[in-house]
Amino acid sequence: MAAWNEAQANDIIGRHAGREGALLPILHDIQAAFGHVPAPAVPVIAHALNLTRAEVHGVVSFYHDFRDKPAGRHVLKLCRAEACQSVNGERLAKQFLDRFGVEWGGTTPDGRLTIEATYCLGLCASGPSAMLDGEVIGRLTKDSIDDIAREVG
Amino acid sequence: MATRIFVPRDAAARAVGADKVAAAIAEETKRKGIAVEIVRTGSRGLFWLEPLIEFETAGGRIGFGPVATKDVATLFADGLPAASHALCVGRPEEIPFLKKQTRITFARCGIVDPLSLADYRAHGGWRGLERARSLGPAATVEEVTKSGLRGRGGAGFPTGIKWKTVADTAADRKYIVCNADEGDSGTYADRMIMEGDPFVLIEGMAIAGFAVGATKGYIYIRSEYPDAIRVMERAIALAEREGLLGAEAKFDLEVRVGAGAYVCGEETSLLESLEGKRGQVRAKPPLPAHKGLFGKPTVINNLISLATVPFILADGAERYAALGMGRSRGTMPIQLAGNVKHGGLFEAAFGLTLGEIVEDIGGGTKSGRPARAVQVGGPLGAYFPRKLFDTPFDYEAFAALDGLIGHGGVVVFDDTVDMAHQARFALEFCAIESCGKCTPCRIGSVRGTETMDKIIRGERVEANLALVTDLCQTLKFGSLCALGGFTPYPVMSAIRHFPEDFDRPRLRAAAE
Repeated sequence: MAAWNEAQANDIIGRHAGREGALLPILHDIQAAFGHVPAPAVPVIAHALNLTRAEVHGVVSFYHDFRDKPAGRHVLKLCRAEACQSVNGERLAKQFLDRFGVEWGGTTPDGRLTIEATYCLGLCASGPSAMLDGEVIGRLTKDSIDDIAREVG
Repeated sequence: MATRIFVPRDAAARAVGADKVAAAIAEETKRKGIAVEIVRTGSRGLFWLEPLIEFETAGGRIGFGPVATKDVATLFADGLPAASHALCVGRPEEIPFLKKQTRITFARCGIVDPLSLADYRAHGGWRGLERARSLGPAATVEEVTKSGLRGRGGAGFPTGIKWKTVADTAADRKYIVCNADEGDSGTYADRMIMEGDPFVLIEGMAIAGFAVGATKGYIYIRSEYPDAIRVMERAIALAEREGLLGAEAKFDLEVRVGAGAYVCGEETSLLESLEGKRGQVRAKPPLPAHKGLFGKPTVINNLISLATVPFILADGAERYAALGMGRSRGTMPIQLAGNVKHGGLFEAAFGLTLGEIVEDIGGGTKSGRPARAVQVGGPLGAYFPRKLFDTPFDYEAFAALDGLIGHGGVVVFDDTVDMAHQARFALEFCAIESCGKCTPCRIGSVRGTETMDKIIRGERVEANLALVTDLCQTLKFGSLCALGGFTPYPVMSAIRHFPEDFDRPRLRAAAE
């Protein structure tokens, strides 16, 4: 992930110039570039879109996806919705958290993994399910914990 | 000639190793000199068999599943896989789960290469749009109305009436918005279409645009569906290249990605989000059909509604309306999920009973224990006990029992479920996802969760249950949208149908 860089942010914003309702696409791209939506990005975006800083901040803070600080090097999203609950997803999720020593939304001290809750990945007949760095994983078992631990190094 | 081997690329197949299986097949067949062409398809929706690979024979396709990478060597031990292999499931169409279905919206899903326009046309694609153009806009709207199609997102509003309202509203610009913010747990029908047959959605939206006079469409896809986003964007690019979208077709289409807010599945909240704002619900009126996206008349439909329109136009409203029961016409993609042996997509005419769906089609629970509760219609849907298994799958029948069919998700729980925890979760979920605009939902969900915690701890259970019941009344009648308004369904159905789980002092005594 790149460190905050206003020129790069302006480049990203420029790519969405003239688009209807450009704020969400811009925020997605800013987060993809910097790993989060850095605080200095807010006034830059606000200026470009003729919005107030409060309006941009309001949008950033409304959506679960946008982070105000970087996540770990890997992000594991574990589904906590009903279909995964019905196949003991909550018990397994607890084992994941214990294994990596984090709470929901937490990052390991070495910064290698963030574990977040998600509410449904649409893999509801193949649960419990998860997403590691954007890649879906279904039919999780206790063994998956070791597999994922290996994958995140 | 190379034999075509079909390996799904659907996220639910990839999640259980389909990519690795495809790579192993490529490697093994190359090593053995077996001439094959691997085609990545969508999923048939028989998820307990995924990865389900199929290959072409003179007598149709033969399926094998669930295939693990370690099985690939034995599958291709003597050339192409033989029907005698332990993983052979025969012709997929003959598997009872698939054979009993009426596939209309999902006719092509799992069969075609989702990104092949030639496949799409060869399997009946674009016939709906061609017929719409020959009928003209007004008759196209009329055809959708006559089909009896109702919104598949859950509200069940007649699609044709929505279209007519937009068609009759004069404006310099109108929009078609596809709600692909499929956030309900237990549902994946939208995802399967986007990953397995994206052109049917493009065709449905083009028909809607033609019918109401809109030239721009947006597909709002949740960010939890990266695979669907990729396929949909590529499908749009392919359609543009062929002139099926763009200036020549007088219809533009664009994918927009959500950002993890469940409430954006509510139509006005989705419009706010598309406009680049917080996804907060708008008060109605004005209806989106009059003042929708950027204040312009907007058709906002669920993905399945739009993806069903091409069939209705191509084959006629009567054929669609001939299926179903009462005021629920046509088919519904029922999505069997959770603790169920045969989980997957079952498209059928309305009218099957819940018991038939769970026990006969789903084969009971995956754990082998008795099914105890079934949540229908996502996190805002009611929990049904066994004694209501004779309820027919129909908008009105479910509404009469203080439930909803929603987007068609059916989540099965076995007898280890604690319904007090499920009731608590419904309130907690509402608190996490509330947009904050109206007080009953924003505050009521938090206070409700706290009160449920007290009940679970066994504190003044009777008084606290009365409080939750009262709070649910406030949520139901005082909330601005379905999030607060329907959260009482799972909560109250759990309390009403499973009272024994709320008798905490007795439960604790029994445990000790």
